[in-house]
Amino acid sequence: MSTVSSEAAAFGPFANDLNLVASLRDGDEAAFLSLVSSYHLQLVRFAQLYVRTREQAEDVVQETWLAVLTGLGRFEGRSSLKTWIFSILVNKARTRARQEGRTVSYSALGVAGELNTELAPEPAVDPGRFLAPGHQWAGGWASPPASWGSIPEERLLSQETLGCVQQAIDQLPPLQREVIALRDVEGWPPAEICQVLAISEPNQRVLLHRARSRVRRALEQYFAGEE
Amino acid sequence: MSDASLSSDWLTCREFVEIVTDYLEGSLPASERERFEAHLAVCPGCQIYLEQIRETVRLSGRLTEDSISPEAQSELLRAFRDWKQAG
Repeated sequence: MSTVSSEAAAFGPFANDLNLVASLRDGDEAAFLSLVSSYHLQLVRFAQLYVRTREQAEDVVQETWLAVLTGLGRFEGRSSLKTWIFSILVNKARTRARQEGRTVSYSALGVAGELNTELAPEPAVDPGRFLAPGHQWAGGWASPPASWGSIPEERLLSQETLGCVQQAIDQLPPLQREVIALRDVEGWPPAEICQVLAISEPNQRVLLHRARSRVRRALEQYFAGEE
Repeated sequence: MSDASLSSDWLTCREFVEIVTDYLEGSLPASERERFEAHLAVCPGCQIYLEQIRETVRLSGRLTEDSISPEAQSELLRAFRDWKQAG
């Protein structure tokens, strides 16, 4: 930029967010409600990955909104308001999960230890389904997957199938669960996920790969069992 | 399968399933992407596998139908007014 303005803070990639924060600090209720309608449901869905009930999830999100309001003065526009809000939620939800979580909790070594555990090599598909070393076509499919192409759309999108997907996601190790929820359930770009979870893009992709592979396996079993 | 399957450049199915995510996320280097697509073009098992992963992603994206409860909304508005008064 060629000129330096006294309002430099209102430029840059997150200028809109800084303007929104200014409105909130002025007590603009419409601005607050629009922020709530943008993110509340995503926050509740995400919080539900950590706790037992919808009520507990709403509770964590309520706590998050209060922390957002009291922390507004600290928001400097270095990240987007969205990733800043979600970082607050992740911290609160992880703490809550350690206290009263419903599923697999984090490694005793904390998030760094958990990351190491979840990045350990794990095949996407049972190695027994490929031809063994020494075979002419070693590494090729011995037992290839069966196409889902003939399954009718209404069965694919049935509550039961979606329940199977949800259950598979719920049973993932915590970081894989966080990554697939943001990437595939919410459709976030990878860069934002890395910011919120404080992980690198390559690690984010490995976690996503493990998570998708596991959910696919769950669906494969589910469809095979239905026949 | 053709003679290409014997060259060291040939991706096995077992290798293919491990780079599916990098392929779909657009993070494979060009040369790797070519190997991936060359394999895909001739391997029905891996075509089905890739299709299943795409379907898995699509179904995950359908888990979002939900709506905000009026109670939650008014509770938040109340919290906002309290915060405003306190500040």
